[in-house]
Amino acid sequence: MTDTRQLCVMMAGASLSGMFTPNLWSGGPAPGQLYNFPASKTQHDSKTHTMYPSTSGTSVVGLVYDGGVMLAADTLGSYGSLARFRNINRVFKVTNKAVLACSGDIADYQFIREVIEQKVRDDEIHGYTPELNAGALHCWLTRVLYNRRSKFDPLWLESVVAGYKGDKPFLGFVDKIGTAFEAKEVATGFGVHLAIPMIREAREKGNLTKDTARKLLVDCLKVLYYRDCRAHFKYQLADITPEGITIHDDLDLKQDTSWEVANFIRGYD
Amino acid sequence: MSSIGTGYDLSASQFSPDGRVFQVEYAQKAVENSGTALGLRCKDGIVFAVEKIITSKLYERGANKRIFSIDTHAGVASAGLLADARAVVDVGRAEAANYRAEYGRPIPCKFLAERISSYHHAYTLYSAVRPFGCAIMIGVYDEDGPQMYLIDPSGMCHGYWGCAIGKAKQNAKTEIEKLKLKDMTCRELVKESAKIIYLVHDEVKDKMFEMELSWVCEESGGRHQFVPDALYKEAERHAKAALEEDSSDEDEEM
Repeated sequence: MTDTRQLCVMMAGASLSGMFTPNLWSGGPAPGQLYNFPASKTQHDSKTHTMYPSTSGTSVVGLVYDGGVMLAADTLGSYGSLARFRNINRVFKVTNKAVLACSGDIADYQFIREVIEQKVRDDEIHGYTPELNAGALHCWLTRVLYNRRSKFDPLWLESVVAGYKGDKPFLGFVDKIGTAFEAKEVATGFGVHLAIPMIREAREKGNLTKDTARKLLVDCLKVLYYRDCRAHFKYQLADITPEGITIHDDLDLKQDTSWEVANFIRGYD
Repeated sequence: MSSIGTGYDLSASQFSPDGRVFQVEYAQKAVENSGTALGLRCKDGIVFAVEKIITSKLYERGANKRIFSIDTHAGVASAGLLADARAVVDVGRAEAANYRAEYGRPIPCKFLAERISSYHHAYTLYSAVRPFGCAIMIGVYDEDGPQMYLIDPSGMCHGYWGCAIGKAKQNAKTEIEKLKLKDMTCRELVKESAKIIYLVHDEVKDKMFEMELSWVCEESGGRHQFVPDALYKEAERHAKAALEEDSSDEDEEM
């Protein structure tokens, strides 16, 4: 597309370029262009307004269990303290070997998701047979996020990559400044403080099977729902095993919660 | 060719006095020298088959493919200069990716074909460039069903049910005309197209060839892919058997 245009512009450009004298009105308004008055207060540093998130998602929790990796996140998109969008999916199956879940700015997540989807399509149509796996995706994300923060224009994300790297389960974390690590249990947001200790405690008590792992994850989400004011009862859960990936949508933990405790709270009314 | 030496064939931006653009015709010659490629459209998808002529025994099997994917739902079979075809396919891939980025859905076949044919055409207009020495068939299977377009070096673009390009395109077209394309399924067409490729292959002039078979259809989940190994082998067997039957018929007649 661009080549054709460039070609035509090349052909036409030679005769046209002499017709305009660009510096005639130098410093003043030019036709067809935006003009900012010199002392205008509406001028902003174009970069600072992308430095904080707008609609955002809260914690993601993931863990490696015996025979796979599991990951869960609720479906709320908060606008400040307003629970604005209650049905936003932020767990995303990248390939048969990788799942990505993000907390932070939902728009940035949707942006990076589209980039990744195109990347996966490019791999497919170029016939690159090894599918993008979780290890590769995690590594790639660290480069992208670190690069963006180095331009002072970060993607406001804390992302969890889960899946397989070769035949080994993989669980990794990358955040908006490019901090990255791998671990057996990973969480973002409040999950770091509330969920990770729960998972570590459960792991000390014995092996995590598929069932115990899932129960544990739901427990974590429940605690987060009680304690984190930006959490929600609807959630998604992804289970990654060597056989493939299942993402359970539209799960609900409301019926497992009880707000009777609210009656014992004193001192706020 | 009467045009040689008249000086009207030196540039793509100049007509000959009888109204021809010789550079474009030479590019079309380059397509006609290549191994045959055919595209078939039926009720549930598109099938491409290519007779890839192997010029050296030293080549790796599967090297220099002539069938490409432009997007997950769009495939291309090419004839002519392979390097030119690759350049065109790259442009097609950029078009498809741009369309997705802008509109969030797969590029429609007609749109893709028009963009690529305009690109071909632009390269027949200027003296600084040469036309592409390749023709391509584009096949898509999407919500509008199967569609297939053929683009030649001049930038001509038509929709087809069945088309063939390359050396034996005449023979191949005759064979395609015998098929009732609108009533057939892709599975049947894979076998038929393999048969046609084996039939039109000229064993005297080109000894070795490799057949490429791809499809985009209901069965492939709307994705353009090389046909599965099992089906490829079945089609190859079918083609070889049909060929032997033909030659034994001829023997009887003699």
